[in-house]
Amino acid sequence: MSKTLLEIKNLTTSFRIGEEYYAAVDDVSLNLQENEVLAIVGESGSGKSATAFSLMGLHNRAKIEGEILFKGRDIANLPTSKMNKIRGNEISMIFQDPLTALNPLMEIGKQIGEVLLLHKKDMSKQERRDYSIELLERVGLPRPERVVDQFPHELSGGMRQRVIIAIAIANKPELLIADEPTTALDVTIQAQILDLMRELKDDLNSGVILITHDLGVVAEMADRVAVMYAGQIVEIADVESLFVNPQHPYTRSLLSSVPATDFAQDRLHVIQGIVPSLKNLPREGCRFKERIPWIEDTAHEEDPQLHEISENHYVRCTCYQHFYFPEESKEEQTNGVTES
Amino acid sequence: MWKFIVRRLIITMPQLIVLSLVVFILASMMPGDALTGQIDPNISPEAIEQQRERLGLNNPWYIQYGDWVTGVAQGDFGQSYRFKMPVTDLMWDRMVNTFWLSLISVFFIYALGIPMGIISGRWNDKLIDQLITGYTYLGFATPLFIFALVTLWVFGFQFGWFPTGGSVASGLEPGSIEYILSKIHHLLLPGLSIALIGLVGTVQYLRSEIVDTKQKDFIITARAKGAPEQRIYNRHIFRNSVLPIAAFFGYEITMLITGSIFVEQIYSYPGMGALFIESILLRDYAVVTALVLLFGLAAILGALLSDIILSIVDPRIRIK
Ligand SMILES: Nc1ncnc2c1ncn2[C@@H]1O[C@H](COP(=O)(O)OP(=O)(O)OP(=O)(O)O)[C@@H](O)[C@H]1O
Ligand code: SF4
Ligand SMILES: [Mg+2]
Repeated sequence: MSKTLLEIKNLTTSFRIGEEYYAAVDDVSLNLQENEVLAIVGESGSGKSATAFSLMGLHNRAKIEGEILFKGRDIANLPTSKMNKIRGNEISMIFQDPLTALNPLMEIGKQIGEVLLLHKKDMSKQERRDYSIELLERVGLPRPERVVDQFPHELSGGMRQRVIIAIAIANKPELLIADEPTTALDVTIQAQILDLMRELKDDLNSGVILITHDLGVVAEMADRVAVMYAGQIVEIADVESLFVNPQHPYTRSLLSSVPATDFAQDRLHVIQGIVPSLKNLPREGCRFKERIPWIEDTAHEEDPQLHEISENHYVRCTCYQHFYFPEESKEEQTNGVTES
Repeated sequence: MWKFIVRRLIITMPQLIVLSLVVFILASMMPGDALTGQIDPNISPEAIEQQRERLGLNNPWYIQYGDWVTGVAQGDFGQSYRFKMPVTDLMWDRMVNTFWLSLISVFFIYALGIPMGIISGRWNDKLIDQLITGYTYLGFATPLFIFALVTLWVFGFQFGWFPTGGSVASGLEPGSIEYILSKIHHLLLPGLSIALIGLVGTVQYLRSEIVDTKQKDFIITARAKGAPEQRIYNRHIFRNSVLPIAAFFGYEITMLITGSIFVEQIYSYPGMGALFIESILLRDYAVVTALVLLFGLAAILGALLSDIILSIVDPRIRIK
């Protein structure tokens, strides 16, 4: 059996707005096995990045509660000096916007070299340079010995994302966090980057947390999927069960509005409105009910909890069974619903 | 980079032409001409007319302009009416003095302004930043000449720590150690006065650049690499924030040369600024014209220098 790489227990990340703290990540528990790809999906503002940043210790002014067990060691609220030994090394991150994620005044080689310098103290300058070239080649950049001396603005977005991936894999991390790695790229480039990521992941045997809007990406890459809404996980399951047998109304509305890969434009036909801002999030009862006003108030659960409805398939609240979901026919609705 | 510099040099040409035209028109509008003040009032008008003809003063304006430009290009700015000597000879020593004053001011501006900006930007929510920012507001609100008057009065007259006029003590052998030290001693107070007011722009600019750079995505990338805070500041934030400051260098010089006008006057420091004011008061128009031209030239060359520096330090321009 595979080993557990990461175990997040009751992670709550709160930001201070005025005098109060508001949770952007609210009591999230997740785990990840070695060599597993867990996708986190959800609309903008649902707390995906906030979760990833918590794992990396990158929030500078947030209150983080709960446990983040990485290889059994709690790294939540680790002092920066200790966290610096881990990030870039055992855990690394790929960012959304390749155009802004690189230092515009530093040669590509130096930017890759930096992560080597920080974690591989015995490497010489020449070795770092050679290894940077090797990494650039590994991520599929043509003429790496030239690119190593170039500046970011000389490369296209797709090439820069490859550089960022090269930085992320330089120290062969065990956990790779990718926060919407393809969102900013052209469709054709997206596919190439995904292929590359999959290849690298198999090479390195690392666990991957893949944050995305794109259910097409999920279907292609993920082993398991967590659906996040308003800071909470509303459903988590293996990728097949989730696609074949989605339960939470939020998951269903995400899926039912995905004829192609891009659901961003269509989803508003189904769910109304957007994720409320942090300050205005309903903190009691179900956070989702405002957005599906066609369900009568009495149908909602008081304090929806995650229920395991089949093996490894968790859904927050089970009252979905009792009402009609307008996007689907009755028959589909009752299909495959298993009581836990 | 070369393409950029060449293009930038080409832009400088029309600027120079416009400057020379403006100064030329200014000079023609001023009362008197090259003969004024040089001639004996008893000479007959015919003789004067003859002289005018000989000097080309009756030629159409574009010929006169051409003559004037040729003269200026050869360093001929005409005669000073007051000193009865060529303007060029008159200006040389003054230019050297102003150069040293500007140099020491620039030195203090960066030696004090950059650390202040860095501290204020790095700890931008701490008390130290509020103190520095408070100082910059005061500095913005204080006119330089008033500040210079106060420093002169306090440190020059009351405490007597610094000389109150001139550029060097008299009776010293030029080139000797004492001579050089005396020069520096004379420069210190006016230089510091200019710098303490002049640095506020640099401090505020650097501070806001740092605060801005701090939240850039590539800083998060650097943190995600595991870079310690000190390295993030030194390698990523400061370097990227100092760039625009470096680009300001040329403008700073221009500002100093023109800004030194009042300070030199207050400190009776024999530089171009003091000369400028004296010449206006005494209606020594040939000198005024020459100085306006030089100040204008300094502004154009300062901007040119800034852009060239920028093109050298910023790879986004350097590469092209
Ligand atoms: N540093 C912060 N301070 C205050 N609020 C924050 C901060 N970072 C995020 N938030 C808030 O937390 C909520 C979740 O944000 P997050 O960036 O995690 O969303 P996301 O799911 O990644 O969305 P997107 O798809 O747009 O990236 C949002 O309401 C956001 O405004
Ligand atoms: S309480 Fe249950 S039924 Fe109501 S909106 Fe929430 S998940 Fe849906
Ligand atoms: Mg995000």
